[in-house]
Amino acid sequence: MLLQFGYANDLKQGGNMNKSKISIHELKLWYDKNQALHGIDLQIAEKKITSFIGPSGCGKSTLLRCLNRMNDHISNCRIEGKVLIDNQDIYDPNVDVVQLRSHIGMVFQKPNPFPKSIYENVAYAPRIHGIASSGDDMDELVENVLKKASLWKEVKDKLHQPGTALSGGQQQRLCIARTIAVKPEVILMDEPCSALDPIASAKIEELMDELKKEYTIIIVTHSMQQAARVSDFTAFFYMGNLVEFGNTGNIFTKPQQQQTEDYITGRFG
Amino acid sequence: MNTSDAAFYFFITVLPIAAVIGFLVKSKVQNAFNDTHWRSLPIHYAFYVGLVIALPGAIAFFFASALHLLTIYTADGIHVLVLATLLSMWGGFHSLKNVRPAFCARESVERIIRYFLISAAFISILTTIGIVLAIIFEAIHFFKIVSLWEFLTGTHWAPDDATEGNTSGMFGSIPIFAGTFMITIIAMSVAVPVGILSAVYMSEYASEHVRNIAKPALEILAGIPTVVYGFFAAITVSPLVVNFAESAGLHADYTNALTPGLVMGIMIIPFISSLSDDVIRSVPRSLRDASLALGTTNSETIIKIVLPTALPGIIAACLLGVSRALGETMIVVMAAGLRPNLTWNPLEGMTTVTVRIVDALTGDQAFDSPETLSAFGLGLVLLVITLILNFISIYVTRRFRSQYE
Amino acid sequence: MNKIVSNKALKRRYRKEKIFKGAAIFALLLAASFLVFFFSNMIGKGVSAFSQAEILVDVHYSESSMKSYRKAVDKPYRKIVSRGWLRTLPMYMEDNPEVMGTTRQEWVLATADVDQYLKGYPNRLKDKHKQYIDKLQEEGKLKLAFNTGFFTRGDSKMAELAGIKSAVIGSILVLLVTLAVALPIGVMTAIYLEEFAPDNRLTQLVEVNINNLAAIPSILFGLLGLAIFINFFGVPRSSALVGGLTLALMTLPVIIITTRAALRAVPNSIREAAYGLGASRWQAVFHHVLPLAFPGILTGTIIGLAQAMGETAPLLVIGMMAYIPDSPTGFTDAATVLPAQIFTWAGESIRAYEERTAAAILVLVTILLSMNAFAIWLRKRFETRW
Repeated sequence: MLLQFGYANDLKQGGNMNKSKISIHELKLWYDKNQALHGIDLQIAEKKITSFIGPSGCGKSTLLRCLNRMNDHISNCRIEGKVLIDNQDIYDPNVDVVQLRSHIGMVFQKPNPFPKSIYENVAYAPRIHGIASSGDDMDELVENVLKKASLWKEVKDKLHQPGTALSGGQQQRLCIARTIAVKPEVILMDEPCSALDPIASAKIEELMDELKKEYTIIIVTHSMQQAARVSDFTAFFYMGNLVEFGNTGNIFTKPQQQQTEDYITGRFG
Repeated sequence: MNTSDAAFYFFITVLPIAAVIGFLVKSKVQNAFNDTHWRSLPIHYAFYVGLVIALPGAIAFFFASALHLLTIYTADGIHVLVLATLLSMWGGFHSLKNVRPAFCARESVERIIRYFLISAAFISILTTIGIVLAIIFEAIHFFKIVSLWEFLTGTHWAPDDATEGNTSGMFGSIPIFAGTFMITIIAMSVAVPVGILSAVYMSEYASEHVRNIAKPALEILAGIPTVVYGFFAAITVSPLVVNFAESAGLHADYTNALTPGLVMGIMIIPFISSLSDDVIRSVPRSLRDASLALGTTNSETIIKIVLPTALPGIIAACLLGVSRALGETMIVVMAAGLRPNLTWNPLEGMTTVTVRIVDALTGDQAFDSPETLSAFGLGLVLLVITLILNFISIYVTRRFRSQYE
Repeated sequence: MNKIVSNKALKRRYRKEKIFKGAAIFALLLAASFLVFFFSNMIGKGVSAFSQAEILVDVHYSESSMKSYRKAVDKPYRKIVSRGWLRTLPMYMEDNPEVMGTTRQEWVLATADVDQYLKGYPNRLKDKHKQYIDKLQEEGKLKLAFNTGFFTRGDSKMAELAGIKSAVIGSILVLLVTLAVALPIGVMTAIYLEEFAPDNRLTQLVEVNINNLAAIPSILFGLLGLAIFINFFGVPRSSALVGGLTLALMTLPVIIITTRAALRAVPNSIREAAYGLGASRWQAVFHHVLPLAFPGILTGTIIGLAQAMGETAPLLVIGMMAYIPDSPTGFTDAATVLPAQIFTWAGESIRAYEERTAAAILVLVTILLSMNAFAIWLRKRFETRW
């Protein structure tokens, strides 16, 4: 059962009517006694690209990892507040974290293909989730997914070679392919281009533009140019606070907050 | 006077003399140190002089005793003493001549030290070569009496019946190796699953606190001497196994292969768990994250991603365990049988290579009797197997390292 | 109802997860419970050997007991007082002539059978003796006292007299030889390989060699000791010297490997800082790297020695399981070591030796574990993170 939201907040800041996919309420997070997030409120629009920017240590990656509960694996981490995905709180005890993650995929900073063949890298998760069963189904799924990740042409003749033998950019696209093979609704990208050269980055950006037709994408990035190029909405974080959120065009051309302006004009960060 | 007495007299006189001269040199240089530019510190000149006095004589004694021990030539102690003293005096004059500002004493001292280090490294290699050669030489003696082919393919081992000139059919090693492999297989079927699963628990599930207790606790198992395991196997485990077999309606010998196998397996657990724990922990965190982010459970991630990635290291750990089991002596000497027995039944007594080696060498046979020499034949095979296993595990570990480090 | 809460397929996957985790815990518990079983078993068997039966008897120091030592005690006691102890009386009287002609009431050692009877173990006593012993016990003339003889006597063919002293001294002598040979050679080899050796074929060969040396079964070192030290160089068989040399070769790779690791853990910046101040290579190593690596070297040495101390197999082959009642006084005397003593006692058929074996094991394991614990403590204490 999916509930639709129209958010006044969005209207005010972005000016567009957008369906909200994820809404974050008063999210606070501590590592031991250090508070890393100080009450974040944010709406993420469906089938759009939202970018999180801000200086190092501002909490943007931490927030991203809250959205598929990857922080669960850090033992001294404590969370308060709500994260609603399609109006379901993901921190509710009934929610199954494994199931949650199959709906919210994640791409990491450093390309991290499994030490298996390209084919197996893609087929790994669908096999576990029982998405494709027979060999033919799986072949088809792998082909489709690799095509979607615009990797098919480059690897179709070497599907059974190890994924680690690909170039960095190809590895990262393989990681994206691996993520969309599970048919997620949201894709979280944690600085996906920081380890790549400009040409490989451009390919990933192109791919993101393609993917947003089907998926809600959230990207954490250090590069403001990248945020300006690819995203529809931008959130600026500083010291664990959400300073400003809005339409990317607005954030970069007429920021409301002084801190945002200082950051995007390069006065600090 | 023999060489060792001569060496004793030489060293109790020459070493103090060298030290005193060294000290005098040091104070002499110290006094003149500020007047001219010396290339090295006073202490370096002192060490240089001391070493050059003491070493030539020491080398002379070393060669004299080496020649004596190798039974090539036994020199009279007096002659060696005179030679050594002359050499040291020559060294003294030569070195004192060099105590001048332009001479770099430090470099000479460092060169001498370097030769010391190199010769130490050389001894370390000699040991391995020594083991191989010693065993090969004696094994050759043995294979002159018993043909290698017969030794490797014969199924009857009865060295007691062997007499001078009639050894055919008495030295077939197959039953001995069969017993060895049987016990090794039993040991590994205990140690591999328990070791790997413990490692998985310690590295993937346990909290840091539990791990800090569990890992050293397991390593206690590795610190228990094998003779203790042997006693435990013979006195405690063997009756348990026999009673258990009887309650199941089976007959078990007190020297059955199961007992030493089980106990050996327990002994090997820490080798496997500790090494596997290390390799599992060296699997990058990012691979686990990637798998978990795809919506997999912990165990799916471990079985499908972490363990296959760590597999080379785990295999190397298991191979190390196998070579431990093959070469383990005390447990089998105390708990396994003496009688070679070719059977599939682990409840029967059987013997192993190491048991036969100990038995052959602790008897009262002459050293060149076929039975005593057979120990070296068996030892040679054991050595070859161990070295092969070690080379494989080094190779596998290297491949793992090159991938993830 | 909702897509991110659990469903049926997922429940099956979680069941697998539980089974797997359960198996892992089970494996660890299995190993741990073995450890507990082993120690309780050894303590249960061995702890009784630390007490020993003693009888209060009148000892006659007289000419007749000088000739026949059995006459030193009254007839009913002759079966239950240790004959081994009685045998020492004439010598005692010779050394202490002032006791001659006196009769003194003393606590003396009982036979092993009396000892075992008091501890409730199987024994070979006849019923009439048992009744007599019960009577003595009621009168307070029989007691279990702390077994000091276990630590102050050597091996004996009489179980009640057998102690570990000569084996302990043998172990110490052997370890001294091992330390004197293995430590300098091992540390020097490691320094050469780590700090000075050029990275060429030969160095790699040495490295592979050392690795192999560490993997060779210990019994083969015994074969080496037999073939080279005893037969070739003529070192006396069963002596602490040959045992120590053999074990030194086994300890060598342990010391080399740990010393190299300790040297490698010292960051290069330290060496570069020393070079930058004009130090030579040797000065950098000797003044800066070695002191920093010292705790690591010490740890490795202790672990290597503990390993050598528990080793038995190679020593059997070079004859160190001989019957040694008197402590060795030099490195070339025939000697035995603690593990070999355990091995020989374990082979005795008399029941009283079993508890002594277990007690010797407790002593050995305590020493080894404290050595290892000390090494670990040392490592923790001086651990530096760079």
